[in-house]
Amino acid sequence: MTDKELETAAGNGLINRRHLLGLGLAGMGAAVANSALAADASMRLEIPAWSKTPGPGVSDYGGRSSYAGQFQRMSGAPNPTYPGGGASRSPLQHLQGTITPNGLHFERHHAGVPDIDPSQHKLVINGLVRQPLVFSYEDLLKYPMVSKIYFLECSGNSGALWGANGADAPDGTAQSIHGLVSCAEWTGIPLSTLLDESGVEPEARWIAAVGADAASMGRSIPLDRAMDDVLVALYQNGEPVRPEQGYPMRLLVPGCEGNISVKWLTQVKLTREPSHFRDETSKYTDTQPDRLSRQFTFPMGTKSLITTPSGQMTLNRPGLYQITGIAWSGRGSIRRVEVSADGGQTWADALLDDQHSHKALARFRIPWRWSGGSAILQSRATDSQGNIQPTRTGLINEVGLLGRYHFHGIQSWGVNSAGEVRNVFA
Amino acid sequence: MSLPNKLIAILVTLAVSQTGFVLVSQAQSVGLGTPISESQLTDFDQIAGPDGSGLPAGSGTALQGQAVFETQCAVCHALGGEGSSAATVLVGGDMHSEGTPLRTVGSYWPYASTLFDYIRRAMPATAPKSLSDVEVYQVTAYVLYLNGIIDQYKLLNSDSLTEIDMPNKDGFIDFSQTQ
Repeated sequence: MTDKELETAAGNGLINRRHLLGLGLAGMGAAVANSALAADASMRLEIPAWSKTPGPGVSDYGGRSSYAGQFQRMSGAPNPTYPGGGASRSPLQHLQGTITPNGLHFERHHAGVPDIDPSQHKLVINGLVRQPLVFSYEDLLKYPMVSKIYFLECSGNSGALWGANGADAPDGTAQSIHGLVSCAEWTGIPLSTLLDESGVEPEARWIAAVGADAASMGRSIPLDRAMDDVLVALYQNGEPVRPEQGYPMRLLVPGCEGNISVKWLTQVKLTREPSHFRDETSKYTDTQPDRLSRQFTFPMGTKSLITTPSGQMTLNRPGLYQITGIAWSGRGSIRRVEVSADGGQTWADALLDDQHSHKALARFRIPWRWSGGSAILQSRATDSQGNIQPTRTGLINEVGLLGRYHFHGIQSWGVNSAGEVRNVFA
Repeated sequence: MSLPNKLIAILVTLAVSQTGFVLVSQAQSVGLGTPISESQLTDFDQIAGPDGSGLPAGSGTALQGQAVFETQCAVCHALGGEGSSAATVLVGGDMHSEGTPLRTVGSYWPYASTLFDYIRRAMPATAPKSLSDVEVYQVTAYVLYLNGIIDQYKLLNSDSLTEIDMPNKDGFIDFSQTQ
């Protein structure tokens, strides 16, 4: 198959996703050879040094190859008026697949990470219940558990893209702009199991979930949602939940803004009305152009972004590239991701690894031939409810600029003739 | 849970304890939670809601709160509550001002209970839960006074706190069922 036989799928070099599969994959390799690389007669392959000497043996805890890059979470400077508070962001452009390694899962703390001795930790269920109960960590480990893959996203993620007063798009990477999203396999106990054991009174309508951190961070959640798919998570990707993710236990509310998945969970109180905590009144509320503010805006919007190529990368030479990225929806699974290389004028369907990733990240890919000219790369997700990711302008026209949470508009990466990739507003 | 059910659950637990796992039918509960009474939780449960639930005994005025505020809070929030950053400003703002409104306790927060609840459990940021309940009432009163919502003699307690009308109390829409 020659380069010319690759089927174009949309403008400015997008190629049909089928070339990533089966015959098409071989065809793509041939195309690369034809278009980008010439034979090198001086090349001679030899047995490398590491194949001639035994390496170190087993280890107690594995780490990344020293050659695999030094990428890590990105955090801001400590704030003396906010001890322990802040966020760190996942290095999305360095990751593949959909599972975030535990040490790279994004963080958001309101008073730092408490050092909890699980033998002293309690989970209390009280309020409008027939029998208040207290559970120890050891008690909970004996309960039947389920394992589910779910994304978590801070509702402040991608907030830089709201922009300010006509300012240019801020320079940044996939990590610095969008790194407050991660995805893990969470293992735990359905919260409904524990609530049922306490016996929810008929007049209860909400729960108040409180963490054991120094801020006693609390959030209110409607009882119908709390009884649905919410977990008390004890394990994260197979190991006990990491301290910065809520050890020894956290709430996990699938699809919803990360803040309500209360970490270091220590109390669930059944109430008639929401408790109107500081983090659901002063913060995590969305002021509209009419100056009314939406409260309890839980599901995260249908969203995607291209992680390669992405901000601050450089394309070295014209030729074939694999565009890849992640997509997710708080209201279901990702049914479709389209990619544009011409700023949204034409679109091509990307290949999805999994169309059944309910409230989890989905990975998409599509081949692209960069001509060496300018391009604007975008992705657009559609979820199983038919929700379509809006453009940035469309989102702003809909909700205005007074709220600063829940940005889920289309990300635009501009590519210039030097191959430099930058965040742009398009 | 009734006592007989609890006993059944314990027997089930013992029967499979070597696996560390409890097998139950869907109709049964595992039942490993320990019953506790609300009176045993009065120190533990510090949630204070707009209906006054969870507000403790005690009272305080802004006049009394000024000294506590200036000692415990002003290092970040400044003497007049004007703050040292956008995140620490406590006073001013108007939701109907031109441009982006300054959202503070006075201009934005819908309930005074939230102020008490947050100060009691999360402030001061360097030593949360170090204030007495009376000091929390006093500081709550002082922050409301700095915002011109109450006068410096208004006595805040579990009754009067719930009666305070915050300027933006009608400024929120419950979106919890709009999904």
